[in-house]
Amino acid sequence: MSTTSISELSAQVRRLRKQDAWWKNPMLGRLAIIEALVLVLSILTNQVQGSSSDYTLLFKSSWFSSRGAEYVIGGVLIWIIAEAWRIQGLRRLAGQTVDVAGRRIAIILPRSFTRQYARLTAFIRWLIPNRWFRRVLLLAVVAVAIFLPYLGLFTLPYFQSVLAGQVGVYVLAALGLNVVVGWAGLLDLGYIAFFAIGAYTTAILSGKLPVGADGNPEAHPPIHLNLFFAFPIAVVLTMTAGLILGAPTLRLRGDYLAIVTLGFHEIVLQLAKNNPHNLTNGPLGATGISTFRFNLFDVHYDWNPTDSKPYWFLAIGLILIVVFAFRRLEHSKVGRTWTAIREDEVAAAASGVPTVKYKLMAFMIGASTSGFAGVLATAKITAITPDNFPLQLSIFVLAYVIFGGMGSLIGVIVGASLMTFLPFFLQGPPSWFNSGKPVVDPKDIPMWVGAVLLTMMIFRPQGLIPSKRRAQELAQAEHGVGDADAMTEPAEGVAP
Amino acid sequence: MYFTQHFWELLFQGIRLGSLYALIAIGYTMVYGVLQLINFAHSEVFMSGALGGVFMLTALAGTNGNIPSGFSAFEYTALALIAGAVVSAAVAFSLERVAYRPLRKRHAPKLVYLITAIGASIFLYNLAGKLFGRNNLQVPESFHSGPVFVLPGTGPSGPRTVKTLDVLIIVTAFVMMVVLDLVINRTKLGSGIRAVAQDAETAQLMGVDVGKVISRTFIIGGLLAGVGGVLYAMFHAVSYTMGFIPGIKAFTAAVLGGIGNVRGAMLGGLLLGIVESFSQGIIPNGLEWVDVVSFVVLVVVLLIRPTGILGERTGRAA
Repeated sequence: MSTTSISELSAQVRRLRKQDAWWKNPMLGRLAIIEALVLVLSILTNQVQGSSSDYTLLFKSSWFSSRGAEYVIGGVLIWIIAEAWRIQGLRRLAGQTVDVAGRRIAIILPRSFTRQYARLTAFIRWLIPNRWFRRVLLLAVVAVAIFLPYLGLFTLPYFQSVLAGQVGVYVLAALGLNVVVGWAGLLDLGYIAFFAIGAYTTAILSGKLPVGADGNPEAHPPIHLNLFFAFPIAVVLTMTAGLILGAPTLRLRGDYLAIVTLGFHEIVLQLAKNNPHNLTNGPLGATGISTFRFNLFDVHYDWNPTDSKPYWFLAIGLILIVVFAFRRLEHSKVGRTWTAIREDEVAAAASGVPTVKYKLMAFMIGASTSGFAGVLATAKITAITPDNFPLQLSIFVLAYVIFGGMGSLIGVIVGASLMTFLPFFLQGPPSWFNSGKPVVDPKDIPMWVGAVLLTMMIFRPQGLIPSKRRAQELAQAEHGVGDADAMTEPAEGVAP
Repeated sequence: MYFTQHFWELLFQGIRLGSLYALIAIGYTMVYGVLQLINFAHSEVFMSGALGGVFMLTALAGTNGNIPSGFSAFEYTALALIAGAVVSAAVAFSLERVAYRPLRKRHAPKLVYLITAIGASIFLYNLAGKLFGRNNLQVPESFHSGPVFVLPGTGPSGPRTVKTLDVLIIVTAFVMMVVLDLVINRTKLGSGIRAVAQDAETAQLMGVDVGKVISRTFIIGGLLAGVGGVLYAMFHAVSYTMGFIPGIKAFTAAVLGGIGNVRGAMLGGLLLGIVESFSQGIIPNGLEWVDVVSFVVLVVVLLIRPTGILGERTGRAA
């Protein structure tokens, strides 16, 4: 190689790119980016909440303080390390030796180690696709999941309640949204509206709504059902709601569905708040909703809201059923049709696939799963108000699906469990943090969820554990081959 | 009957609200034109404009309740409007830079765009909530809003008068819209925007700097939304969640007029404002059902005429 040094080379490159002005220096540009990120981070991670009487409070406490200085210095350090790393890489590219304090440094691994390593990787490569290994692993994971409430951390009632009321419920919900977003390639931003419909159905069926004129629920309502019967009724209702909403909008360009579902969520909330015919009891909602009972073949069991474990077992059972059904669905004709629509809607329509029908099917299946999860959640919390179903929740469930990897069942389960569990873990049960402050203010969680969505989309749109097919589609779509969603307008005269 | 008695008042209210919807809707429709993207974060652009204006007013007039008069009233109002516009434009610009440009560079599919937009939206408004508190902000008055003329018919508390604030809102909104229309149709930037909306690749081959045009489109949308936000803040509660409902309404307005069509967005905004205002007069307990009405309008428009009243005209002379 030539003897041109790196600094000379980069100076030449800069001259060619006309970046000789200091403010155009890419190195300084990177420093500016890092510092900007660090300054934003110092606000995001600050426990202090801003106040509406002093707008500068948070800036003062996170920038113009020792905290700000620490973050800025940290940013500079990161920049120095990153630049050193870059220069090392450039040196290696230019074939120059790396000199540290005048000595050449090379890391040579002993040969025996490399051989062992190769053997290990070969074994792993054989093991992972092995069918029996996968079955055993799956069984083990399910077993651990079932016995989770008896292990370590989860023996605390707080975490048991999180497991049953959050993780179980939202894994179920996310599985349903995965059908819509991951498989059919549609964007549903009002997913929790169906959840709310399921929840209100549960409240009505258990006899707590509608309340009578005197506010006494027991005096008025006609129906008292075992909540297990709420599942099929909620499924039918939410499917119908999905049909009514989807039938007109799914004929249009895909992005209209996003805004219509967003509006639909708002409407469902408004309906619940406006209390038509005393059906929803307005902002007060319903309380004292009964829970599941099992009375069959001389076996009697009542789920008791004070003990979360039975709810968790029930949730696991339901999740297993849903996963089994969805796995069958994924590889069935319907699932393959969704893939076809996603990858090229026009081609699918031209090949005689009734695209609107299949998209509607996905939308309805998603909606009904959401209603299903709503019943489960309501039976656990036993009291609902419209505030339990904020718009943010719809976007949260979307974030779970995206974070885990849309289209991949395992990814969605992992993503939803992690993202529902983490906020509660970071807050900790009251007993942990009675003395100190919580690590993360629960009010900041929506902000972090938004940040997760943004960063995932910019850097890893396929998610944590991507579905192979979905990842490939996303990558190919970026190279102009096919689509990765069902967002195109159905071609005129082709789609039914 | 309530509606016939209050017809003029309701019509006027509708125009006032509708002109603000139009200002926001223009941002949606222009971004849709150049990127084919529903910019969900536009409601946060609007919100940040309102916050910017309120902060400017607080810095100038303070919260001690003194209402400035004469020239300083004019000055404060103008400065607040400018501050709101600048803040909104800055937010819109950085949004495009940070969130959408990386996606555009690698030709990401539409689903990815939409999820990014919704992520940016939820991130921005919660960040605003963290920064400036989650309660409603106090908005100092920048001028004394006296009666200008009296509308026919009687209101709930005597005859309804049109106040200075109402005139300011409508006049500012219309001036902005006229200026925008001239910019789109008469300037080089406008023809660039139209070219990119029509066919970005061909426009690039003809020497249009697509990146620059897109980022300026965001800035223009931000400017209008910021002015709209400050005007909205003058008669409405200001908080970090204030952007959501007007955002959805403005999108409805854009679809109503024909998405991608700037004049359509203006018309759709005005129409939606009037429909909303009338529905308050016609439906009993109308105020509670306003949001439901405009949502139903959206679905009905999508069902009957998905291209809107003036038709989708992404790219053709607006």
